[in-house]
Amino acid sequence: MSHHIVEFKNVYFRYPDGTEALRDISFRITHGESVGIIGANGAGKSTLLLHMNGYLMPTSGTVNIGDLYLTRQTRQEIRRKVGIVFQNPDDQLFMPTVYEDVAFGPLNMGMDETAVRERVEVALNLVNSLELRDKPPHHLSCGQKSAVAIASVMAVEPDILAMDEPAANLDPRSRRLLINLLKTFEHSKIIASHDLDLILDVCHRCIVIKEGTVVADGPVSEILTNKILLEGNHLELPLSLQKR
Amino acid sequence: MNFDEKYYNIGFLDQLSYKDTFVHRLDPRIKLIVTLLFLFTVISFSKYEIVALLPFFLYPVLLMTIGEIPLMFILKKVALVSPFAIFIGIFNPLLDSGQVFIFKGLTISAGWLSFFSILIKFTLTVSTALLLVATTSFPGVCHALRQLGVPSLFVSQLLFLYRYIFVLMEETMRIVRARNMRSFEQHGKGIKVFVRIVGILFIRTVERAERVYFAMLSRGFQGDMPTLKRFHIKAGDLVFAVSVAVFLYIFRFYPATEILGRFVQGVFS
Repeated sequence: MSHHIVEFKNVYFRYPDGTEALRDISFRITHGESVGIIGANGAGKSTLLLHMNGYLMPTSGTVNIGDLYLTRQTRQEIRRKVGIVFQNPDDQLFMPTVYEDVAFGPLNMGMDETAVRERVEVALNLVNSLELRDKPPHHLSCGQKSAVAIASVMAVEPDILAMDEPAANLDPRSRRLLINLLKTFEHSKIIASHDLDLILDVCHRCIVIKEGTVVADGPVSEILTNKILLEGNHLELPLSLQKR
Repeated sequence: MNFDEKYYNIGFLDQLSYKDTFVHRLDPRIKLIVTLLFLFTVISFSKYEIVALLPFFLYPVLLMTIGEIPLMFILKKVALVSPFAIFIGIFNPLLDSGQVFIFKGLTISAGWLSFFSILIKFTLTVSTALLLVATTSFPGVCHALRQLGVPSLFVSQLLFLYRYIFVLMEETMRIVRARNMRSFEQHGKGIKVFVRIVGILFIRTVERAERVYFAMLSRGFQGDMPTLKRFHIKAGDLVFAVSVAVFLYIFRFYPATEILGRFVQGVFS
């Protein structure tokens, strides 16, 4: 088994319009860790995630994923290792039926049909959505869509799972189901979110980003109890830790 | 009719296509081929033909009944597009003034015959095409097209159209609602605002397309849409296809209405 590490070293990224989204960002996430990435709106969380499978390339610095340096040549390989779940499931689910959507990744990997069918069923079972397989995505509720979006990424069997605001738009029960589901995954997980209670429940480590650079990095229990640090980043204590 | 109603109307057609009846379960390829066969048979009749066309209503009526498609829904849709057919044929009675003998002492101009023939053919073809869409899920039709040799690129475009038309319409609906809530006394409903809304929608769509493309890339898309074999032609499909073909053949090449008429006449005389 390869080492499922994610390592950013002095990464800078500037958008074509001149906005500097990442500035000298460095961190290292090791095998099996689950890490929350938090920060104010526009701090660079989404840009960071887009670097993890080579949609954006760093302007300078290096990104190392599972012992592969991110270059245009290694992008395809890296995309198999890192599965990204988007904030909006409508962007993630682009095929006309749930089944075909989940099968999209495995088919692109050149697997044969029986293997693909097996993969799809395992992935849909994982998120308890097998009965949705013949439905078109626009007939699903938001919670169902996000479950299927996770299945469609899991079907590729990535080593590392990266998620952007996984619980946005979910009702409390769907959110709770999602949290329980995430806890059962043994992948390395990277979750960018403003839902600090979710991060408190799912992650062990937390990285705070401000204006494109890391301002704090440590165990969740330290960072999410540090009121001054959180408020300096437009955040507040997780609700479950607030004393009334 | 406002935008919301239009939206739910298309949604209804889509809902219908996910019912589970004998017609819905037929292989989409078979349904597509049979529908095309039906259309060509109907069009192939001469321009004065009326009587021989009437038995062909049997096919859409049967599909509609077995497929549990509400009659009014289909009729409304047919009526909606009927002006096209009416304008094509409306001058026939004036231009084509040859006299045709119908009953003892009753003659009409040939133009009327061809006008009604056009209307009947129009109703038959449009309702059958609608029934195909109402009894087959859109992805089903697309897969049928793909398997019948339509280029993959073209079929992918149709599939994306289907997937995102609902998303786009919901987005439009939200914008239109937001506008209506703040446009007091019809200010803000003019063409200027409309143009801007279209512009915003376009930009949002482009941005969404970019995100979708990234989602495809991150799951290994390399330029070709993969597909799974989903359909198998069953005995029931073949029986359906053969019986419709026989039905079409008989009513196309034998004057069945006339024979039936003679037979009934013979019984009662």
